[in-house]
Amino acid sequence: MNIDLELYKSIKNSGINLLLSVPCIMLKGLLEIIEVKKEIQHIPVTREEEGVGIAAGAYLGGKVSAILMQNSGLGNSINAIKSLLDVYMIPVIFIMSHRGAAGEKIVAQIPMGQITMDLLKCLTLETYILDSPEKIKNIEIAVNEAKKNKKPVAIILKKTLWRESNEKI
Amino acid sequence: MKRFDALIEIAKLLVNELVVCNLGDPSRELYSIKDRSENFYMMGSMGLTSSIAFGLAISQPKRRVFCIDGDGSILMNLGSLSTIANNNPMNLIVIVIDNSSYGSTGNQKTYTSKKTRLEIIAKGAGFESVTVIDKEDEIIPKLKSLGLGCHFVLIKTMPGRAQVKNIPLDPEKITIRFIKALSK
Ligand SMILES: [Mg+2]
Repeated sequence: MNIDLELYKSIKNSGINLLLSVPCIMLKGLLEIIEVKKEIQHIPVTREEEGVGIAAGAYLGGKVSAILMQNSGLGNSINAIKSLLDVYMIPVIFIMSHRGAAGEKIVAQIPMGQITMDLLKCLTLETYILDSPEKIKNIEIAVNEAKKNKKPVAIILKKTLWRESNEKI
Repeated sequence: MKRFDALIEIAKLLVNELVVCNLGDPSRELYSIKDRSENFYMMGSMGLTSSIAFGLAISQPKRRVFCIDGDGSILMNLGSLSTIANNNPMNLIVIVIDNSSYGSTGNQKTYTSKKTRLEIIAKGAGFESVTVIDKEDEIIPKLKSLGLGCHFVLIKTMPGRAQVKNIPLDPEKITIRFIKALSK
């Protein structure tokens, strides 16, 4: 099973029609598929918070946006999540790889990795954890919840989702 | 010219344009000059004006979008200029009213009061159309002369605010009425 392709299909089926991204090694395969298929508008951004702003503007204009990023980018987005998305009732889907979890080799990733789940809770972001292939379809549920509640949601991509290719991280 | 004078001139041009306005005094002043459902007033998330306007521009390619940003705000999100210029939407005017100060927090100076030149940063970010305006009576003719495209317009003003009231709208209400106006 090609996990990246399955993620892509679920993103497409969910109705997301604008993708903003800050790259992560765990998202490499997915970003390549997005670029090759050219079915969903994709705009690389310079910083995650910028992506939140673009997603908010695109929602006003009628689009459903997701931001592809690393969990480190959650730290860069906090103020915008609260003072823009929450108060203006704007749904945005955060799809983030979870670096700094068990088995992490880069020391600087660990502290942020350890607080990521607490941070999401503190931000009151409804969170969907994708830690195995059968959970991938939950992307569609997450997008529907975001749209229905007019609130941002988080989708966490765990390393175990890719089982065989873990050596790269 | 102060920001309020510049906003009066810009507001005269607003017909079908969608507006995203920087938080604090700029939004309060624009609200008092010309409130309309097509104005999106920011109340938080300083720095993101140009990003919100860009997202709006790419999702509403048939509508012209005016971003009304400030020097302190754009300095917080300079990467946005690269993203906008490289994606080059044909319907966006990024206006930065540069009063060389953080006007809503007590007029602390920004670096544009010293060495920083935002028009050069915009050029370097990739904007092909960069206009600098420092006279009030040039605002309307210069903005009118801009055709389809992705434009950066710097309006140099003095610091200072007008005595205006707070915006009596909830952020949620701003979103709802903006989306409703678009669907008409
Ligand atoms: Mg200023």
